[in-house]
Amino acid sequence: MLAVERVSKVYITRHGKHRVLKDVSFTLQRGRNIGILGRNGAGKSTMIRLISGAERPTSGRIVRGMRVSWPLAFGGAFQSHLTGLDNLKFVCRIYGVDYKPLVPAVEEFTELGDFFREPVSHYSHGMLTRLAFALSMAIEFDCFLIDEAMVVGDKRFHDRCHYELFKKRKDRAYILVSHDANVIRQYCESAVVLHDGSLLAFPNVDAAYEFYQTTLFVNPEDVER
Amino acid sequence: MLTDASERNVSAETSFFEALKVQSRVMHALMLRELITRFGRDNLGVLWLVGEPMMFTLGVATLWSAAGLAHGGIGIPIVAFAVTGYSSVLMWRNAALHCTDGIGANKPLLFHRSVQVIDVLLTRIALEVAGATASFITLSLVFIYFGWMPAPEDLFLVIQGWLMLAWFGASLALMIGGGTALSPLVQRFWHPVSYLLFPLSGAAFMVDWLPTKFQQLVLLLPMVHGVEALRHGYFGNVVTAHFDLAYMAACCLIQTFVGMYLVRESSRRMEFT
Repeated sequence: MLAVERVSKVYITRHGKHRVLKDVSFTLQRGRNIGILGRNGAGKSTMIRLISGAERPTSGRIVRGMRVSWPLAFGGAFQSHLTGLDNLKFVCRIYGVDYKPLVPAVEEFTELGDFFREPVSHYSHGMLTRLAFALSMAIEFDCFLIDEAMVVGDKRFHDRCHYELFKKRKDRAYILVSHDANVIRQYCESAVVLHDGSLLAFPNVDAAYEFYQTTLFVNPEDVER
Repeated sequence: MLTDASERNVSAETSFFEALKVQSRVMHALMLRELITRFGRDNLGVLWLVGEPMMFTLGVATLWSAAGLAHGGIGIPIVAFAVTGYSSVLMWRNAALHCTDGIGANKPLLFHRSVQVIDVLLTRIALEVAGATASFITLSLVFIYFGWMPAPEDLFLVIQGWLMLAWFGASLALMIGGGTALSPLVQRFWHPVSYLLFPLSGAAFMVDWLPTKFQQLVLLLPMVHGVEALRHGYFGNVVTAHFDLAYMAACCLIQTFVGMYLVRESSRRMEFT
């Protein structure tokens, strides 16, 4: 089980303290999933970073009773002077996995060709996204933390991610964050809304969807970045 | 362990030994990662770890020899003097220098929960200490073989002095690295300070050559004791050395604690936005 217990996060900015999350709690059982809906700047990414353990909460605690992935977003998580292959090796080493049997699958999935052995800093945005996704699939986690950026993108990549994550690994838990209520409705069995630093719980996805679409959006343009 | 097991690891309850296993895995991965970007795969590669400080020491030894500086007129071979002096400087200066930009260069990797600030710094420190040690040993062996410098008189004292310098360098690097991760100001201050410390560090003089009043001041600097011990071990009673390794150890201990505190704080405040 994953338990987020009364977690708050305060960032120090030039304008003083900025409280991103206030006393947020929820739990997630093995094999279940939850969508976190929130507008841009609502603290979704912060939430994911805290759950992953990349950052620490200012107060409260997070208990990880299962293997939780790092935040699956494009970029992040790899060193740009290393090649794609080196990054695969690095990730495998820190998680204690043998990288050799994984090379063909990662090469095939990322479709990087010769770029697989070039520094990541030479990659295009699409290449980075594919590599990031393939690396996180290389390690078997019990719970994936997914940023919406991973499930949008071009059709082909989208379909393959969808297959890898939601079909092949449908027994795993995941947390998906998005500003798009339709994405959450498509992929998640439960949903919460992050608003003003607080987490609002709903009995089902439709109720969260309804609240998010009607109450939070006065101006539909806000949905777009 | 600087971080408690629940934060560092996958499960809520992790034993010390499991945490140790994770940390050694992480440091091994970081070590290989550093070697690739620092030295590349072309030409000499990892050998530069030894080659870089070696070229430095050689250059200084050559310059000093050419200038014909007869240090103190007591007949210490100039090459041996340069090798012992410069190797010591590299020991305390390089580790700290490479720790100032260690976090910046590895930040994306800290995205992985098991990779912590302390791992990045310890990896860089280990590399620098190993590099400086390897270059010191290689240079000494080569010069002794060609007869340009004598063999050490008291090898045990040489090793003692060297290990103390390594501890000094490592604890200093933790302080500077942890401090820089908390505030870039530390790096800004450290650069000029390290330049100012160089001429005072005992690399280019023996404490005994200084006026008595000045000796007291210079001996406040912990690394001077290490260099003096090293040289006393190397040259034996040809030189009069002034050192107190207990004082140096006390300073290193304080630096170690301050360094670990700063590293823990920087870990807690790590932000990715």
